[in-house]
Amino acid sequence: MVRAVSLSVVLYVLWLLLSGHYEPLLLVLGAVSCVFVAWIAYRMDVADREGHPIHLTWRSLVYWPWLFWEIVKANLEVARLILAPRLAISPTVIKVKASQPDELGHVIYANSITLTPGTVSIDVRDATIEVHAITREMAEGLQTGEMDRRVTRMEGAG
Amino acid sequence: MDLALDVLSWFCLVAGVLFGITAGIGLLRLPDLFTRMHAAGIGDTLAAALILLGLMLQAGLTLNLVKLVLIMVFILLTSPTSTHALAKAALHGGVKPLLDLGPGTGRDDPPSKT
Repeated sequence: MVRAVSLSVVLYVLWLLLSGHYEPLLLVLGAVSCVFVAWIAYRMDVADREGHPIHLTWRSLVYWPWLFWEIVKANLEVARLILAPRLAISPTVIKVKASQPDELGHVIYANSITLTPGTVSIDVRDATIEVHAITREMAEGLQTGEMDRRVTRMEGAG
Repeated sequence: MDLALDVLSWFCLVAGVLFGITAGIGLLRLPDLFTRMHAAGIGDTLAAALILLGLMLQAGLTLNLVKLVLIMVFILLTSPTSTHALAKAALHGGVKPLLDLGPGTGRDDPPSKT
């Protein structure tokens, strides 16, 4: 129920920001629509831990900036590889363990790996993620498991 | 102040375009599908982020800023998902990644197929 209320508030704020209409009639119609959608989502049982993960809100404020910085660093590294006169790549496939307690955590971890250029998650099975890395160094960087720990911590389990 | 914002925003836009071109060069230069996906990743992340950041600085504190931020959020959520889908489809279709088996294998000495 908390999730349904939070979903309708989030929907309403999103609609206000996107529409730019603030006449009373439209505000009321918008509110009614948002509550209706949230009610449908509640009845369909899709506004759950996975569909509307409000339990991640505060911790993700720590994780996102860190991930962003990692993305910038990896981008510069891959750009350097591409522009170097000699193509010094060493494609590698490795398997890393995902220590998150549920599938939502695995998805966040696998997507974070893919979002960082130089490493792409190509298969997720049970709690193991198969990763293709463009150089051996990038694969080793992932195997230190720092990203894994940070995702686990964000989920509030580590 | 306006001049500083303009300079900063143009710097972001130009840097974003340069990263976009780098991604394109990578797409042409790298040897196989999987390594090319890494190059495309530059276009998905830093190039798109820098261009959007440059546009945000131009937009100022308006509703357009909110829309640009939302575009960024949706790119960051959807692009890894589609990249993963592409990689998985390629694997299931029987495309084997080129793998580097020994040290010092680069373009002069192409990675062996496994």
